[in-house]
Amino acid sequence: MEEVAFFIGAIGALGGAIAVIALRNPFYSVLALVVHLVALAGLFLMLHAEFVAAAQIVVYAGAVMVLYVFVAAYVGGVEEPIWEPIPGQRFLAPLLAIALFVELSIAILGTALTSLESEGPVIQDGFGAPAAIGELMLEKFLIVFEASSLLLLVAAVGAIVLAARRQGEPG
Amino acid sequence: MDITWYLVLSALLFAIGAGGVLIRRSPLVILLCLELMLNAGNLALLAFARANGDQEGQIFALVVMVVAACEVVVGLGLIVAMFRRKLPLNVDDMRELRG
Amino acid sequence: MSAVDFGWLILAFPLAGSLIIAFGWRALPGRTAGVIGTTAIGLAFLCSVGAFVDLLDLPGEERQLVSSVYDYASAAGVDIQLNILVDPLSVLMCLVVSGVSTLIHLYSVAYMTSDEGFRRFFSYLNFFVFSMLLLILAGNFVLLTVGWAFVGFASYALISFWYRRGTATAAGMKAFVINVIGDVGLVLAAFLLFRELGTFNYLEVFEGAPEAFSPDDGTVIAICLLLCVGAFAKSAQLPLHTWLPDAMEGPTPVSALIHAATMVTAGVYLIARAHPLFELAPTAADIAAFVGVATLLFAATVALVVTDLKRIIAYSTMSQIGYMIAAVSIGAYSAGLFHLMTHAFFKALLFMAAGSVIAAMAGRQNIDGMSGFRRAMPFTSLVLIIGCLALAGFPGMSGFFSKDEIIGVAFERGGMYAWMGVAMYAAAFLTAFYSFRIGFRVVAGKPCEEAKELEEGHLAHGEHENPATGEREDTDVGFPGSEHHIAEREWPMKIPMGILAFLSVLGGAVQIPGVDAAIEHFLEGSFEDSALFHLVPSTENAWLGLGAGGLISILGIGLAYYCYVLRPGVTVRLAERLSGVHTFLINKWYFDELYDLLIYRPLIGIGRFANSVVERVLVNGLVSATVGVVRGVGGMVRGAQSGFIRAYALLLITGFAALGLYFLVVSA
Repeated sequence: MEEVAFFIGAIGALGGAIAVIALRNPFYSVLALVVHLVALAGLFLMLHAEFVAAAQIVVYAGAVMVLYVFVAAYVGGVEEPIWEPIPGQRFLAPLLAIALFVELSIAILGTALTSLESEGPVIQDGFGAPAAIGELMLEKFLIVFEASSLLLLVAAVGAIVLAARRQGEPG
Repeated sequence: MDITWYLVLSALLFAIGAGGVLIRRSPLVILLCLELMLNAGNLALLAFARANGDQEGQIFALVVMVVAACEVVVGLGLIVAMFRRKLPLNVDDMRELRG
Repeated sequence: MSAVDFGWLILAFPLAGSLIIAFGWRALPGRTAGVIGTTAIGLAFLCSVGAFVDLLDLPGEERQLVSSVYDYASAAGVDIQLNILVDPLSVLMCLVVSGVSTLIHLYSVAYMTSDEGFRRFFSYLNFFVFSMLLLILAGNFVLLTVGWAFVGFASYALISFWYRRGTATAAGMKAFVINVIGDVGLVLAAFLLFRELGTFNYLEVFEGAPEAFSPDDGTVIAICLLLCVGAFAKSAQLPLHTWLPDAMEGPTPVSALIHAATMVTAGVYLIARAHPLFELAPTAADIAAFVGVATLLFAATVALVVTDLKRIIAYSTMSQIGYMIAAVSIGAYSAGLFHLMTHAFFKALLFMAAGSVIAAMAGRQNIDGMSGFRRAMPFTSLVLIIGCLALAGFPGMSGFFSKDEIIGVAFERGGMYAWMGVAMYAAAFLTAFYSFRIGFRVVAGKPCEEAKELEEGHLAHGEHENPATGEREDTDVGFPGSEHHIAEREWPMKIPMGILAFLSVLGGAVQIPGVDAAIEHFLEGSFEDSALFHLVPSTENAWLGLGAGGLISILGIGLAYYCYVLRPGVTVRLAERLSGVHTFLINKWYFDELYDLLIYRPLIGIGRFANSVVERVLVNGLVSATVGVVRGVGGMVRGAQSGFIRAYALLLITGFAALGLYFLVVSA
C-alpha cells in the first residue's frame, strides 16, 4: 500500500517538474509547479512530517505560488526566441543534468550507509506533529526561529523598495 | 519503504531543476526551477530525518522553506521592476557583466 | 685655532656663500650677491693666511696634518673618510687660489653688473672656488675625485653661462666630455692604488708605495699614467687640450679664474702631490715631462697666429701650464709651484685687462680691430704691458725668476732634460714674441675707432653680436648684459688689477737665487721624502740661466717691436708667403678635425647602428612581442566573461559535477 502511494506521489512530482521546464507559457509552468508541490506534500506525509506537509500546502502552495500567479498575470507571457546565443548551451545543459543525477545516484546507491537499507528506527508517537515541532522551535532552535523572522522582514522591506514606483514611471 | 527511493527521487528532481535553470530564458521560469531544486533538497532532508528518527531535519526543512519564500519575494520584486522599466524579460539580454 | 680648523673653514665659507646666493637669490637686490660672494672668498683667504701662519709655527717635519670629520665608508677592508690634509703644498695652493679668487670676484662685481644672471654667476663662482679648495685640501683619493668632478661641473656651468648662445653651450659640453675622460683616468688610478696598497689616504699611500713597488714597476707606471690622463684633461695638455680655447666662450672673469689661475693648475697640483709615485716610475714622469714640453711648443706656435684676443691668452695659458707640468715631472717642485703662483698673478691680470679692452671694443674680440688704446685707456694699457712683461719673462719681473728657475733645474739634471731645457728656451722666445704681439697691437699704433671715441669720453656701443659667429643676440637672460664696463670707470675693476700688477712685478722677490728661497723652504714639509726636490742648481748656474733667459725675452720683445711698431704689415706678408704654415697653425694643427675623424664619426656611426638595429628591432621587438603574447592570452581568457548569466550558471553546475566526480573517485 505504501509503495503505491509513494509511486503516485513520485509520478505527480516528476510530472510537475518536467512540465515546469518544458512548457512554453510561464503561466502553465506556475500551475505545474503547484501540482508538483502538492504531490510533494503527499510524500512528506508518508515520511511522518505532518507539520511540514501542512506548511508546504498552506505556505508554499498557498502563499508563495499565489504570489507567482499574480506576477505571471502582471507580467504576461514572454515569447522565448528559438535561437540560442550561447554556443554549446543547448547541448551541454541536459548532459550536465544527467551527469549530476548519475553522480548523485551512484553516491546514494553505492553508499555504505546501513540505515538506508532498513525501515528506520521505530519512531514514537507525535513524531513530526505540530506539538513536537513547536517544542523544538521554541526551545532548542529559538534563535533560528527569530532569525528567520528577521529574514522575512528584511525580504519584505527589500521587495517593497525594489518594486516601488519611481518618479515618471508608468504603473 | 526504505528511503533510498526518496533520495533517488530527490536527486532526479534536483537534476531536472538544474537543467531547467540552464535551458530556460525567462527569469520567471528560472525562479520556478530554483523552487524545484529547493524542494528536492527538502525531500532529501525529511527522508534523512525519518531515517535517523531525528526531528531536527524537519526544522531544517521549515527554515529552508522560509528562505525560499524570501528569495522568491525578492526575485519577483526584481522581475516587477524590470517590467516597469520596460526591459525585455530575457536573461540573455542583460549582459553588462561582459568582460 | 689650529691649522686644520682653518682648513675646514676655508672649505666652509665659499660653500656657504654659494648656498646663500643660490637659495636666497630673490631676496638679494642689486650687487648684494656679488658682495656676499666676494666676502665669502675673502674670508677663505684670511683662513688660508691663518693656516699658513699656524703651519709656520710647527717644525718642518710635522707640517702634514690630517683631520677627519666623517667616516664615509668603513666596511670590509675599505676605509674612506671625509678628511683633509693641511700641509705646506695644500696651504700654498689655497693661498694662491683664494687670493686670486677674491680679486677676481671683486672684478666681477663691476664687470657683470648689467648681466641678468648676476646672482647665478656668483653662486656658480663661489661653488667653483669651494670645489677647487676641496680638491686641494682633500686628504684621500676619493675626496680628491669628488672635488675634481665638482670642479669639472663648475667649469661647465660657467663656460656655458650665457646659455642661450649656441657656441657657449657647445663649448661647455666639449669641456665637460674631455674632463670626464680625465675623471675616468683618475678613478682607475685610485682603484689600482687601492688594490695594491689597500688604502685611499694620501699619507698611507705615499708611505707604503716605496715598499710595495719596485722602481719602474709596471703597475706604478700604469697608475702614474692614469693620473697623467686626469692631469692632462684638467690642465689642457696634449692630446686632451682642445677644450681650452673654446672655453673662452665664458665671461672674462671665468676665463681669468678658471682657465688661467686655478682649475687648469689642478693637474700640476696632482702630479706634485703624487710625487712619491712619480719618483718611483721615472718612465711615466718622463712621458709627462715630454708631453708638457710638447704642449708648450705647440701652444706657443698657435698663439703666434690666432686673432681672437682671449684665445691668444688661452693658448698662452696652455703653454705655461706645459712649463709647470714639465717642471713637476722632472722634479723641480718648488720651481713649478713658484711659477704656478706667478703665472696666476700675471695671467689673471692679462685676462682682466683683456676684459676691459673687449668692453671698450663693444664686445668684439678680434685683435685685428684693436690699436692705440694708450691714450684712451691709460690704466688698462699700463697693466696690460706689465702683464705682458711678466709673461715674457722680462728681467726683474716675477715671471722671469719663476720660468728660468724651471729651466735651471732642467739643465741641472742634464742629459735628456738639458734638451728639454733648450726647447723651453725656444718656447720662451716665442712666448715673449706673442705676448708683445698682444701688447703692441692693443697699446701702440694709431688709435682705432673705438679708441678715438673713448678719448672723447664716449664708450663705444655696438650691435649685440656673438663674437665668434657674428650672429645677433638680445640682452635677455642667458645672453651677455647690455652694458660694457671698463677699468677706468669702475673702481672694483681697478683695485684687483692694481694689486695683481703689483704682485706681477714684485712677486718674484720670494725666490731670488742666492738671496732667499722662501717657497722652497716652506714646501720642505711636503717634499722631504723626495730626492729630486733637493736638486737645486748652484747660484752661479742659476744666474747664468737667468741671464740667458732675460736675453731671450728681450730679443723676443725686440722682434715683436720690429714687426708691430716699426714695420707693421711684415707679419701679414709673411703669412701670405708661408700660407701653408699659416693655415696649419691657425687651424690649431688640425687637432679638432683629427678628433672628429677618429673619434666622433665612428662613435656616431655606432650610435646610429645601435638605434636602428639593436634598439628598434631587438629591444623594441622583444617588448612588443611580449605585449602581443600577453594581449593574445588575455583575449582568449576574456572569452569566458561573456556576460550571459546562463553561461555562468553552466560553469557553476559543471564545477559542481566535477567536484562530485572527484569525491566519488576518491572515495571509491
